[in-house]
Amino acid sequence: MSDLKPINCDEALRLLAAFLDHELRFDEGEGIEHHLQTCRSCFSRAEFERRLKGEITRLAREEIPPGFEERVRRLLGSFSTLSAPEPADGSQA
Amino acid sequence: MDVTVADRAWFEQEVLGLLPELLGSARRLTRHPEDAEDLVAEAITKAWIHRCSLRERDRFPAWIHRILTNLFLSRRRTEASRTQEALLDEELEFSLFERLHQPFLLWWGSPEQDFLDRLLREDLVRAIEALPERFRIVVVLADVQGLSYGEIAGSLEVPIGTVRSRLARGRAALQKALWDHACDAGLRARTLAERPDHP
Repeated sequence: MSDLKPINCDEALRLLAAFLDHELRFDEGEGIEHHLQTCRSCFSRAEFERRLKGEITRLAREEIPPGFEERVRRLLGSFSTLSAPEPADGSQA
Repeated sequence: MDVTVADRAWFEQEVLGLLPELLGSARRLTRHPEDAEDLVAEAITKAWIHRCSLRERDRFPAWIHRILTNLFLSRRRTEASRTQEALLDEELEFSLFERLHQPFLLWWGSPEQDFLDRLLREDLVRAIEALPERFRIVVVLADVQGLSYGEIAGSLEVPIGTVRSRLARGRAALQKALWDHACDAGLRARTLAERPDHP
């Protein structure tokens, strides 16, 4: 048996952005997922927001304009003449 | 440290493969084609110089994106004191879905999905570029680059609550801009006119 606490539409809409951004705690995510399975209106809203976010994400790629790749290749080619790499600048991964 | 052939080949392959994404991020951040190209070139140079600080090479895409973003932000911090940016309405709440959705049409059509079908890339670019900078940057980092709220907060050196607030207001302003543009362009009228109940 699930002891999931039901949430209403207001609460679901308040959490929706963070849900779509994968920023909710597990229990909050479960609550809104359950609500979306049972509320057509909120489900439609969630699908709309998810799709709009996806359209924005597609702006992540830009067509490379003529000449730019050549500029980058020239830049990369010039690196062979650089001296040894400097120490880390804090941008470690 | 010697620059090995393998080292260079790996770096070149990574950079050239990521060029569309790097340029995409730079274009969304700077809004200017030439500035974006300069920013990408600067990020590539810095990434090459500091490549030894990258411990896990499979994290190269996120790492070089962070370099690019930080270069942009540090440049903006310098310029920010000299510029006044437009402010968003503090209370701005706008939902494109609520403007478009028609519950009584649930079984016949979906105006909001029709709207997205008709949405052009240039409409979105225009709407994002029109956002005041502090909101545009957060929207770009979250929705274009896919960073978490915590990562955005770290990059911008602001609390996570500020990220949430700017993101909500930025997205609301973005949706309002799309709505206004749709009204101006007659897209909304077309969407409505094609509904089965419309005379």
